[in-house]
Amino acid sequence: MALYSEKVMDHFRNPRNVGVIEDADGVGEVGNAKCGDIMKMYLKIEDEVIKDVKFETFGCGSAIASSSMATEMIKGQPVSEAMKLTNKAVAEALDGLPDYKMHCSVLAEEAIKSALEDYEKRKQQN
Amino acid sequence: MIYADNAATTKMSKDAIETMVSVMNETFGNPSSLYEVGQRAKEVLEQARKDVAEAIGAQPQEIIFTSGGSEADNQAIITGARLGALKGKKHIISSAFEHHAVLHTLKKLEKEGYEVTLLPVHEDGLIRPEELEAAIREDTCLVTIMYANNEIGTIQPIREIGEICRKHQVLFHTDAVQAIGHIPVNVVADQIDMLSSSAHKYHGPKGVGFLYAKKGIRLTNLIEGGAQERGKRAGTENVPGIAAMATAVKEAVASIDKNAKNLIQKRDRLIAGLKEIPHSALNGDASKRLPSNVNFCFEGIEGESLLLLLDDKGICASSGSACTSGSLDPSHVLLAIGRVHDVAHGSLRLSLGEDVTDEEVDYMIKSVKEVVEYLRSFSPIWRDLVAGKKQFIL
Ligand SMILES: Cc1ncc(COP(=O)(O)O)c(C=O)c1O
Ligand SMILES: [Zn+2]
Repeated sequence: MALYSEKVMDHFRNPRNVGVIEDADGVGEVGNAKCGDIMKMYLKIEDEVIKDVKFETFGCGSAIASSSMATEMIKGQPVSEAMKLTNKAVAEALDGLPDYKMHCSVLAEEAIKSALEDYEKRKQQN
Repeated sequence: MIYADNAATTKMSKDAIETMVSVMNETFGNPSSLYEVGQRAKEVLEQARKDVAEAIGAQPQEIIFTSGGSEADNQAIITGARLGALKGKKHIISSAFEHHAVLHTLKKLEKEGYEVTLLPVHEDGLIRPEELEAAIREDTCLVTIMYANNEIGTIQPIREIGEICRKHQVLFHTDAVQAIGHIPVNVVADQIDMLSSSAHKYHGPKGVGFLYAKKGIRLTNLIEGGAQERGKRAGTENVPGIAAMATAVKEAVASIDKNAKNLIQKRDRLIAGLKEIPHSALNGDASKRLPSNVNFCFEGIEGESLLLLLDDKGICASSGSACTSGSLDPSHVLLAIGRVHDVAHGSLRLSLGEDVTDEEVDYMIKSVKEVVEYLRSFSPIWRDLVAGKKQFIL
């Protein structure tokens, strides 16, 4: 049996939405203090809808795959929906992750939340 | 496929497999039985004991067979501790980068009231004999220092350690699991009192190993039962496995010179190639290391994703990354030699097989370069390093 599901390996080998958005409306970077994985999310938002999303990840297979899956799940979604994304939903969409790897999918949820908070903060400042 | 994880385990040799099958077929008896097929199994067992003893310069009666390296480590350390307690000595010296079979046994003893000093391992992956000598106390009963490290391959100054221990009359155990069959080991010349070995690290079967204990050392049993192994390790002997181990150890020890010559050339070619990757570093001393071991850290990437992508390219390797450990902490070995968490996260161990070719080495260099570059291309840490927002460590 392989360590990861086919879906995880697909998203790991061909990550979607990799990169940077230079003029992002919200940027979030989170790290796992324990294992050391780091994830950075960039959001482009128009009329409260996520028009584009990119990520960068320093981490293991499950961290990269869950970043990729999470970006796919929120792209085109209203901000209010994206706020509701959970690590459980990301892991399920990947056909599951090994138990000891769940913390890596938490990073994806946290990175998106952090980018959305950054967006809200910038909105208030303007 | 290039199998470059020989420190994890090795493929069994043809001869070891043949020995194993032939013993299973023809010498299936219980060595404790008095009839012919039992007595023949006994002969196989005792011949194996002679062969194994000869491989390390010991006497046959100084060898007991175990289920592998872990059991041998446990038994040696518990023995040293119990013998010490009889004399009121309950201090043990070891090093910070031992295998968990050693470290966890020491933890257990600490809970029982023993005191343990873990010597620092310097940046070169070596302990300092003078620091060992300084750490020895009146109540020190055991020194346990590994012969060669399983992750970074560094070879400890065992002969000097043996000499210091003998001088201070302290028992000296060494976990030689990574050394036997790969570099010359002689328990007399090295003044070793106890030594652990495991067959699957030198093309023998898994689940078999041996413990050498110098004549006169009264071993403490871990397993109680029948009178096998001179009453020191109960249980019907794994005769096919033990015979195969003997075949493997003879073969490996006889080929050390030939293999080492070839492997060192391949190892150094690989090291030179990987050094070309910017912001990378070899872990452990460049020459005081096992002929097969290459271990690098690459800044800005994580080890598990490196391994998965190398696997896609047909290369089997290992890493000390926190994400491969299951425990969230990066390798204690890399931390012990002073690698910080982020850097240890991006480690790669390639442990070569004796049949590795120059072409394979070049393919590994090319593949690692590609994968490191790719992973750095979307690593937020690498971006910060390149942008100068973070200081490069390597
Ligand atoms: C240095 C060292 N000690 C002990 C062991 C444990 O050996 P075994 O797997 O035979 O129990 C290993 C191998 O994993 C090792 O590399
Ligand atoms: Zn991870």
